[in-house]
Amino acid sequence: MSFKFTEENINKINEITTHYPDKQPAVMAALYIGQEQNGWVSYEVMEEVASVLEMKPEDVLGITTFYTMYHQKPAGKYHLQVCTNVSCMLRGGYKIYEHVKDKLGIDNGQVTDDKMFSLEEVECMGSCGTAPMIAVNEDYYENLDIQQIDQILESLKNK
Amino acid sequence: MMEKIVLPEIKDLHLIDVYIQNNGYTAVKKAYSQTPDDLIDQVKKSGLRGRGGAAFSAGLKWSFMPKTTNKKKYLCINGDESEPGSFKDRQIFEFNPHQLIEGILITAYAIQVDAAYVYIRGEYHKWIKLFEKALADAYTYGFVGDKMKEKLGGNYSVNIYVHKGAGAYICGEESALMNSLEGKRGYPRVKPPFPAQNGLWGCPTTINNVETITNVPAIINKGWEWFSKIGEPKHPGTILYGLSGHVNKPGVYELPSGTLLTDLIYNYGGGVPGNKKILCVIPGGSSMPPLRGDQLEGVKMDAESLKAVGTSIGTGGIIVMDEDTDLVKVLARIAKFYYHESCGQCTPCREGTGWLLKLLNRISRGEGSTHDLDLLISVASNIEGNTICALGEAAAWPVRYMVTRFRDYFEKRVSREVTIPVANKVHSMRGTAIPLAPIKD
Ligand SMILES: Cc1cc2nc3c(=O)[nH]c(=O)nc-3n(C[C@H](O)[C@H](O)[C@H](O)COP(=O)(O)O)c2cc1C
Ligand code: SF4
Ligand code: FES
Repeated sequence: MSFKFTEENINKINEITTHYPDKQPAVMAALYIGQEQNGWVSYEVMEEVASVLEMKPEDVLGITTFYTMYHQKPAGKYHLQVCTNVSCMLRGGYKIYEHVKDKLGIDNGQVTDDKMFSLEEVECMGSCGTAPMIAVNEDYYENLDIQQIDQILESLKNK
Repeated sequence: MMEKIVLPEIKDLHLIDVYIQNNGYTAVKKAYSQTPDDLIDQVKKSGLRGRGGAAFSAGLKWSFMPKTTNKKKYLCINGDESEPGSFKDRQIFEFNPHQLIEGILITAYAIQVDAAYVYIRGEYHKWIKLFEKALADAYTYGFVGDKMKEKLGGNYSVNIYVHKGAGAYICGEESALMNSLEGKRGYPRVKPPFPAQNGLWGCPTTINNVETITNVPAIINKGWEWFSKIGEPKHPGTILYGLSGHVNKPGVYELPSGTLLTDLIYNYGGGVPGNKKILCVIPGGSSMPPLRGDQLEGVKMDAESLKAVGTSIGTGGIIVMDEDTDLVKVLARIAKFYYHESCGQCTPCREGTGWLLKLLNRISRGEGSTHDLDLLISVASNIEGNTICALGEAAAWPVRYMVTRFRDYFEKRVSREVTIPVANKVHSMRGTAIPLAPIKD
């Protein structure tokens, strides 16, 4: 299946290239835009990014694999990121993580059968002062306890 | 109460009109009527030191930028903020973005750059949006970009761009940040050459932390002398201390440098939940050497005072652990982080971080021996100083210092029996015995 950026997205990427002396620096933004349009960063997305930015596809692959925020397989509708790094750990981060795993019946990196949720154990998200935390797609939920996690999951299911 | 410089308690300060009502964008006007060299000199004399981890003199760093060059020049603002225990720069993006923008404008002029980039970690989606909104307003008002000359007087204009990261702690390291900005894998570069000679796209570049630059407008407006008298003379100004872990009131506290660590924990942070004793404190983000609970009395939070007690100010992120904390698990978690974030270019870091993690996991499972403790120190020492970037030290320090400073604690968690069969020892080419027992995760 081939992938093409929408015209709107092509324009966005072209605008971003004007921030830099050449096109390549826009690759990180272009991958985000591709991820948004396609749901995840497939090889086809990488090829399209490469052709738009006049890069080698293997270089785009190298960038995609270096950064953790590009999904190289489809994620759930709600991608749950639970921080278990020190400050969160000290305030129950692992309890939250285990609870989410149990509740959804999936492990790190997996997606629920209904494709609603995917789970990722993540490193410090910069919420140490409001720990523990989870991020759902791009939104942070902080100062959590198990009860609140249940509420969040419920409300996402019913959205 | 102490005046706040970076995060003043003014309602809605993030709005451009409120910022302007509170003297906003007056420092940049003042700065643009002076020469770049004058500004560098003032910042040098103010004593402002970097808030990104290394506490290097900001003015001195700026003075390394070549005055005459036929290349372009660049400024990068480091908002990668990924060191565990650090969550201060996001407060600036949220509550005082215009002071950061004003600081960038002054710095950009002082070192005469052609463009400025603000690199923000990708996870900070919300804060990127907040900062971009503030930046768009600053453009509309003419403080940034083409309309600057008209608005601010003088002959200088500059564009500020936001570059969004995508999940890689290493991109906070300045040379990795530049590679990432160039659209490459975030591999740190070998230094020298230093960024001021050979930075972004091979051009002279200065990299400063978000908090560092947010101090600049105040220094220009109120004078370097005023700034140099706040807090500890050798590391003046306020610091955004981040309190996390086992404290009643975690959060970011802006206080003069040199504030007592115990003051921060007990007065500002409201003490430890359940009035428990403190076992361990990491004073500056997870890579800094930890202190024992009985080492905290009289410790001041600034670069020099912390150096004197064998640790470092780092990002000012203080992680407090009470007496019931499982230090082995904590250290294993820290090791896991650095193992995950190592970019893999240097063998000591790539392999060493994995060994540290495996050993700590083994001890954590109750299968470790005293020999493993020595091995941990040995692996850590072999990383330190042998790598391209300081992530090597960041991974080695917590292990080396925690195991040394809490030796009694760790000894209780291991057995005296050496569990590695002799048959599993092999001799490396240098003739040292290296245990190659199957160390499972
Ligand atoms: C592994 C590693 C990660 C770093 N992460 C950050 C970071 O997230 N933010 C930051 O400002 N500095 C970070 N630094 C320090 C930068 O390399 C650089 O020293 C700093 O941005 C300079 O700014 P300053 O002089 O204003 O502190 C990191 C350093 C290392 C070795
Ligand atoms: S020390 Fe580690 S993170 Fe730094 S360049 Fe070497 S391998 Fe990469
Ligand atoms: S440790 Fe979880 S957000 Fe920092």
